[in-house]
Amino acid sequence: MKQLKIVIIDYGVGNTHSVSNAIKHLGYKQLKISDNEQTIKEADVLILPGVGAFDECMKNLKDSHLDTILGEQVLENKKPILGICVGMQMMAEFSEENGIHQGLNWIHGMVKKLDLPKNFAVPHVGWNNVTIEHNEPIFSRNDENCNFYFDHSYYFHCNEEYVSAWCDYGVKITAAVQQDNIFGVQFHPEKSQTNGLKLFRSFFNSI
Amino acid sequence: MVKDGIVVQSIGFNKYLPVGKPAIAVEYLNQWGIDEIILLDISATCKQISPDYSMIKKASLKCYVPLSVGGGITEVRHIRELMHCGADKLSLNQSAIFNTDLISEAAHIFGNQCVVVSIDGVKVGNGYCVYDYIKKTNLKISPAEMASKAEEAGAGEILINSVDRDGMYSGYDIELINSVCEKVTIPVIGCGGAKNAKDMIDLFQNTSVSAACAGNFFHFTEHSVNVTKASILKSINVRLETYANYKENNINEDFRLSKKADSVLEEMLFMRIEKEVI
Repeated sequence: MKQLKIVIIDYGVGNTHSVSNAIKHLGYKQLKISDNEQTIKEADVLILPGVGAFDECMKNLKDSHLDTILGEQVLENKKPILGICVGMQMMAEFSEENGIHQGLNWIHGMVKKLDLPKNFAVPHVGWNNVTIEHNEPIFSRNDENCNFYFDHSYYFHCNEEYVSAWCDYGVKITAAVQQDNIFGVQFHPEKSQTNGLKLFRSFFNSI
Repeated sequence: MVKDGIVVQSIGFNKYLPVGKPAIAVEYLNQWGIDEIILLDISATCKQISPDYSMIKKASLKCYVPLSVGGGITEVRHIRELMHCGADKLSLNQSAIFNTDLISEAAHIFGNQCVVVSIDGVKVGNGYCVYDYIKKTNLKISPAEMASKAEEAGAGEILINSVDRDGMYSGYDIELINSVCEKVTIPVIGCGGAKNAKDMIDLFQNTSVSAACAGNFFHFTEHSVNVTKASILKSINVRLETYANYKENNINEDFRLSKKADSVLEEMLFMRIEKEVI
C-alpha cells in the first residue's frame, strides 16, 4: 500500500475527525487535519470534508485564504481532491443556500434547494442506493446499486457530463461529480460503512 | 444512552442499569450493521457541565456510520468542539425547549441537516405533553407543537421518544409518533418501547417515520442489529449488508432465529469464510 500524504482541510465547520477515523482505519498513517498552507502544498491528495451551511463554509475558507491556496493546488498543480457533501457543493459556481453565495467555481453548475414531490421529507437523510455512471476511479470497488449515507437539503445541479453517480429520491439527485482531478460526493463515505471505505480506497489507489 | 460515561439501559426515565463502555457498544453496533447511532449523555445537562469530549472522541473512533451526539450542548462553541471529536450531528433537548435560538444558530452555521431536536413525550389524559427530564415535570406544550416550532427554527430531524414506553418493551407509542409526523415535513425518528423487529415493522407500517430507534434491546444479544434487520426485511425494505445477513434463516413467532436443520449445520462446518479486505 502506498503511504500517501493525505490532508483533510480544516476550515472550522467540517466533521474532520469522522473523516480522519475512517481513513486511518484503512491504514494510511501520513494523515493530517490542517489549514496550513505548507502542509497543503506538500500533500499528495486533499479531502475537503463538509458538514455546514454553504455561506458559513465559504466564508471560513475565504477568511483563512484557503480558497486561493486550494485553487492553486487543484487547478494549477492538478492535485487530486475529494469534496464531501458541502465540500463538494463548494466546487460549484454558486449556491442558493441562505441567499445567493459564490462558490469556488471549479465545476460548472449551481447548488439548489431540493424540490421534491410530496411524501419526500427534506432534508434527505438516510441510506440511499446510487446508480453509477462512471466506475473509474472512485467507484471501482463498489457494486452497482450500492448504498451510501446522505444528509442534505441542497444538491449540485450540473451538466450530465460531470455526474459520475446519482440517486433517486423522488427526483434524480447528483450523488457524485468528477472533472479531471476534481472529485465530489454528496453522500458521506466516512459514514457509509464498508461501501464508503471502499470508495476511499479506490480514490487513494488511483493516485 | 450514556450516564456518567457508561452506557445504560433506561427504564421509565428514572431507573438506569449499566451496560458498558460507550466505545465498545459503538464498535459492536457498527460491526452488526447499524445505520446510525445517537449517543445521548443524560448526565451532562443535569450536572450543568459541557459534553464529555474525551468519551465522545473514544466512542467515535470505530464508528463508520453517522453519530449524533446530545447532552450538555448549550452554546455553538460546544457544537464546534463536538465536530472535532467525531460527531456528525447534534441532538438538542433542553436547549431546544429553553433556548430555541440555539437551533437557528446551529442550523445557520452547520446546516439544518446537522441539527436533530429530541423531544420526550408523555401521555396526559387524552393528549401528550413534552416532558422536562431535568426537572421531571410536564410542560404545557405538546410534542407536536414543539416539533413544529423546532422545524420552523431550523431543525433538520425530530427524535420523538416516549417516556411511558421507555424500557417497557411494550412497543412504540404509535399515537404519539403520529401526532408529530402529522405536524412536520422533516424526517421523524420514532423511539421508546421497542422489544423486537415486530415493533419496528408496526412503526413503519402505521406511521410515516423515516427511522426506528432503539436502545436497550440492541445491547443484550449478539448480532442484534443484523438479526432484527433480517426479520424486518421480510416485510419492509431495509439496508442489510453485513456478511452475516441471516436472510436465509427462519425467524420464529417471537422474532428470534430458529435453529437450522442439522444437515445444513453439518455443511457449514466445512464452509470457508474469508475476511473481506477493502
